[in-house]
Amino acid sequence: MLKGGYAGKILRINLSENKVSVEDINEKWAEDFIGGRGYGTRLFMEEVDPNVDPLSEENKLIVATGPLGSTYAPSSGRVMVITKGPLNGAIACSNSGGHFSAELKRSGFDFIIIEGKAEKPVYIWIFKGNVEIRDATQLWGKTTKETDKILRSLTHPEAGTLEIGPAGEKLSLISNVTFDGHRAAGRTGVGAVLGSKNLKGLAAFGTGSITVADNERFARAVYNARDILSKDAFSGSGGATYGTALLVNVINGVGGLPAFNGHDAYLETADKISGETLTKEYLIRAEGCDSCPIACGRVTEIRKGKYKGNKGVGPEYESIWALGAMCGVDDMDAVVMANYICDDYGFDTISAGSTVACAMDLFEAGYIPESDVGFSLRFGDSDALVNAMKLMAGQSTEFGKLLAEGSYRLAKHYGHPEFSMTVKKQEFPAYDPRAIKGIGLEYATSNRGACHVRGYTIAVEVLGGGDKNTYEGKAELTKILQDLTAALDSTGICLFTTFGLKGKEIAELFASATGFECDEQEFMKKGERIWNLEKAFNIKAGFTKDDDRLPERMEKEPIKSGPSKGEVTDLSKMLPEYYKLRGWDENGVPTQEKLKELGLEGML
Amino acid sequence: MKVLSIDISKCTGCRACEYACSFKHTGAFNRWDSRISISQFLEDFVFIPTVCTQCEEAYCVNVCPTGALSKNYETGVVEFDPNKCIVCKQCTMACPWGSIKLNHTGREIIKCDLCGGDPECVKVCHAGALEFTEVEDMVMDKRFRSATRLKESVMGV
Repeated sequence: MLKGGYAGKILRINLSENKVSVEDINEKWAEDFIGGRGYGTRLFMEEVDPNVDPLSEENKLIVATGPLGSTYAPSSGRVMVITKGPLNGAIACSNSGGHFSAELKRSGFDFIIIEGKAEKPVYIWIFKGNVEIRDATQLWGKTTKETDKILRSLTHPEAGTLEIGPAGEKLSLISNVTFDGHRAAGRTGVGAVLGSKNLKGLAAFGTGSITVADNERFARAVYNARDILSKDAFSGSGGATYGTALLVNVINGVGGLPAFNGHDAYLETADKISGETLTKEYLIRAEGCDSCPIACGRVTEIRKGKYKGNKGVGPEYESIWALGAMCGVDDMDAVVMANYICDDYGFDTISAGSTVACAMDLFEAGYIPESDVGFSLRFGDSDALVNAMKLMAGQSTEFGKLLAEGSYRLAKHYGHPEFSMTVKKQEFPAYDPRAIKGIGLEYATSNRGACHVRGYTIAVEVLGGGDKNTYEGKAELTKILQDLTAALDSTGICLFTTFGLKGKEIAELFASATGFECDEQEFMKKGERIWNLEKAFNIKAGFTKDDDRLPERMEKEPIKSGPSKGEVTDLSKMLPEYYKLRGWDENGVPTQEKLKELGLEGML
Repeated sequence: MKVLSIDISKCTGCRACEYACSFKHTGAFNRWDSRISISQFLEDFVFIPTVCTQCEEAYCVNVCPTGALSKNYETGVVEFDPNKCIVCKQCTMACPWGSIKLNHTGREIIKCDLCGGDPECVKVCHAGALEFTEVEDMVMDKRFRSATRLKESVMGV
């Protein structure tokens, strides 16, 4: 019997048959795969053939919470969306904060499986364990913010919501799933899966309780973790004061901020788009996800210039980078406005910004004619940035539609795929792999395509004062952080807690909540198991060693200016060692011994 | 006398206080069993904590027909004895703030007891929106902050 942490039930919603059913949690899977990302992936592999078309009726989407959700464990409001990702066909697990996860658990469910396809637009209302599939024809076409507001007015003023914007409806491959109208499971194009199923959104509200296995031990673990977090520079005060944008000056300062679509890794005027500027000129207040002491969320407004009066949330560090430095734009008003457009329509800001940067690069090289765009699309032009975002959002022109497919398809369309700064068709985020070597390995090996939050090596390589230029030890660092994050993501707490917490403290939170005895070593083992499971999915879906690579530019074109001037990277100095440390063969395939050791026999 | 003071402008809406309160009083996590409540207005990103203000002239005490609610003039706390309560719910209607509530079952009355002088909610409020302070300090602090804002407007800052 489950001793604590979990609500205990899985909700299955079949949109084709308009049917709802409830299943029990598999306890063995809960112990082996924790919950959230891990349990969700295990469940997904049981349910879906890795070779399905991501936008077909056969693909499913799992909404997953973790066993620490809806408790006072710090930053425990994370919710995961697991599906086969439309952007690249890999296992997609995108995650978000907000309060939806807590409402879902209070409604009595840890997971939702969404399958089939509705005949016409619908939304789902989960109220104290009762589930209704309702007509959403009137909601179709609304922005994420409007949808969130209407969903709550139609259901309960304090419901948690999940929704897609026009981007997801129109099956953009870089569309997100938004939570509570302002937080997003951003990456891998998960919004298009909901769009393909005619599911506009979901609202949940519950009054149920979550108990834990050992009350006293859990309270000790929580207060210990909260105490540690309050003493860290980021989670203690920096996060609430500056948000993640605190990193703009830090990463630019070491010459690691990719700029001008990766031609450079330094922006001289970066302070104009820094966290300090955001706080001083745009911030209204900090906002926190469920049970979060960090409160990195930014409630902002534009107070001057042509976008004056617009309000919203963010931008995050990654968004500022993608829409700013990557496009060579240092006009913060335009960056914030472009970010609001992404949020309203439901685009992944990283992919959206990097795609506009790629288009600017292609335009300047003469590969995109001005007649296709309708205006001059040059680096550094803030009007062009916002206008390009509007084209992407509207998808009413051929070029706008191309932008909404992401940079890989855009660059390929114009005959120059090498202009796309992607791994596995997904745009890499805001850390230059030439300047910071380990993060390149993380981009190349991340199971969902280029990504920083699968193994945030920056914490050690830059923020922890490590040697960012060496290749040595980066394979091991990447593996450790990937395993830790896989386990952490499965508990339902936020990656940002790892600024202060180590595996030991997180394992103790998990063990005291669930009663599954687990020390740091065992916790890391669970993470490794989850990582290998995701890898197994990708191999079955047709991914090979050739997909574990970096954009050619990162290995061939030296950084033009700044502190890391002249640097390139060489993935071959890390990748073979990484495969070996993982117990995989030279082609990056997990060996049968490794699968057996992890209890994953038959998964590959 | 110490009171639970609330600074609405600092609340980030994280609801950790609700979890802490519920866990301390019931051993389970349920915001409906929390004596303190955060009302979220997500469209405007405004979060309003409400909790019993331990009124001197407490309407809930006045309407309680069984003496389950009483004012302790020594500690300042409006005390609640569930053994005397008949759940007539008159107190929930009398309270101007909605701070005497029904728990998640809808059949039991709950209210803030300041955890006997060591409020759990304050311990998890990292944003500093909740503080347990001497009432004189709270009022003086508030006056001074308002005055500071006025001073800045006079000086044109």
